Amino acid sequence: MGVLYHIGQYFLLMVRVFKKPEKNSIYWRQLILEIEKLGINSIAIVAVISVFMGGIITLQLTYNMASPLMPNYIIGLGNRDTLILEFSSTVLSLMLAGKVGSNIASELGSMRITEQIDSMEIMGVNSASYLILPKILAVVFISPILFIISVFCGLVGGLITGPLSGAVTIATYTTGITTLFVPFYVYFSIIKTFVFGFLIASVPSYMGYFVQGGALEVGRASTGAVVNTSILILFFDLVLTQLLFK
Amino acid sequence: MIEIKNLSKSFEGREVLKEVSSLFEKGKTNLIIGQSGSGKTVLLKSIVGLFDIDAGEILFDGRNTRLMDFKEQKLLRQEIGMVFQNGALFDSLTVEENVRFPMDMFTTMTLKEKKMRIDFCLDRVNIKESNHLYPSEISGGMRKRVAIARAIALNPKYLFCDEPNSGLDPVTSILIDALIKEITSEFDITTIINTHDMNSVMEIGDNILYIYEGQKCWEGTSSQIFNTRNKKLNAFVFASPFSKKFREIKQMEDDE
Repeated sequence: MGVLYHIGQYFLLMVRVFKKPEKNSIYWRQLILEIEKLGINSIAIVAVISVFMGGIITLQLTYNMASPLMPNYIIGLGNRDTLILEFSSTVLSLMLAGKVGSNIASELGSMRITEQIDSMEIMGVNSASYLILPKILAVVFISPILFIISVFCGLVGGLITGPLSGAVTIATYTTGITTLFVPFYVYFSIIKTFVFGFLIASVPSYMGYFVQGGALEVGRASTGAVVNTSILILFFDLVLTQLLFK
Repeated sequence: MIEIKNLSKSFEGREVLKEVSSLFEKGKTNLIIGQSGSGKTVLLKSIVGLFDIDAGEILFDGRNTRLMDFKEQKLLRQEIGMVFQNGALFDSLTVEENVRFPMDMFTTMTLKEKKMRIDFCLDRVNIKESNHLYPSEISGGMRKRVAIARAIALNPKYLFCDEPNSGLDPVTSILIDALIKEITSEFDITTIINTHDMNSVMEIGDNILYIYEGQKCWEGTSSQIFNTRNKKLNAFVFASPFSKKFREIKQMEDDE
């Protein structure tokens, strides 16, 4: 019953969120601000994590797939496909659910308990649309860009770590990342990032928007937002993989 | 003028407002008083439309809110200004941007016109040289005044204040009261203030509605409140030693 109630509330909120904005220029300005706050400010952490993960994946492939039957370029190829198919789309989205999701839930929750949302409603502003729509659009827009940055940084991480550890030469690694490239993997992951981006912004928005109580409840909403978004990301990863690879 | 008729509201089966009726006149400061938990805030938020009422009617100059469609309700809300207990200023916006917000959303004013209106509103509440400060950088009293400036930015017909004096020192409280009173008569608006500050009752209460356990218990003026025989109201009004002393002095003056 509780789950059904929340699903219903979530969809009703989304109906309000996607209503026609009061003034496009104001929403446009908000969108730019949110892209900067939620997206641009995440680039550095995405890049750092991706470089390390690219390096780690390269080392793991080297140590676990070492076989005279396997060509060495498989390390670059494996790193590339792991990054494209799962790490830079799913794992990165899980990380963003923590960073961006908790930020959104706590911001909206604080606005709710300090009556800022009420004050917007009294003015006649569609607070759900004004506060949430730019966040959703910003994260959906920035997620594929972060995905591309992550893949690039991960490949660079492998390029640095592979030759440095002596596992693979630069030439072999480069051959690996350019061999047997399947463009569909990229399309598939970009579709996933759109879906995950929507979840990363909308689920925490729902959790934060309906907070009741005080600081404790805002904290709970923030934690709940991260947990629920993460579960939904993994669930939709499963569904999308099944649907798109069938 | 705002009229409420038999207004009832309950939360999860608990009746918070029970058939409350009253008339809040234009150009007057109408006060809703009562103990904490008596239903004052629920009444105020029901009138402004933040809570859906279970029964009764709310009429804004004869316009029944229950018969309004979404568009009409939205237009009505643009005629309402509200000052919340803690100001409810937007943290991410400066003082100037807070006052400009309703203008940005609902008017086609030019930047110059908006600037003039912002200056007028901030000047009216005696806020000077703080336009570029954020709410976290100004005092509680200033925050309330900025909230009043934002509330009057669109020339509202109706002004609602939820405990505008809470958390303020007595001197600042008097200033805020005087400001609300002046604005009410200056712009001829219908003002409803939710308070349990007896100083406000004495100073600015043109019409006072006393709510007790969700019901209308008494209604009258600030001069009548000190001579009433309503026991529940007397227990509330003369709860503090200061007000008891005030009553004794007043009675002595009356006897003389």
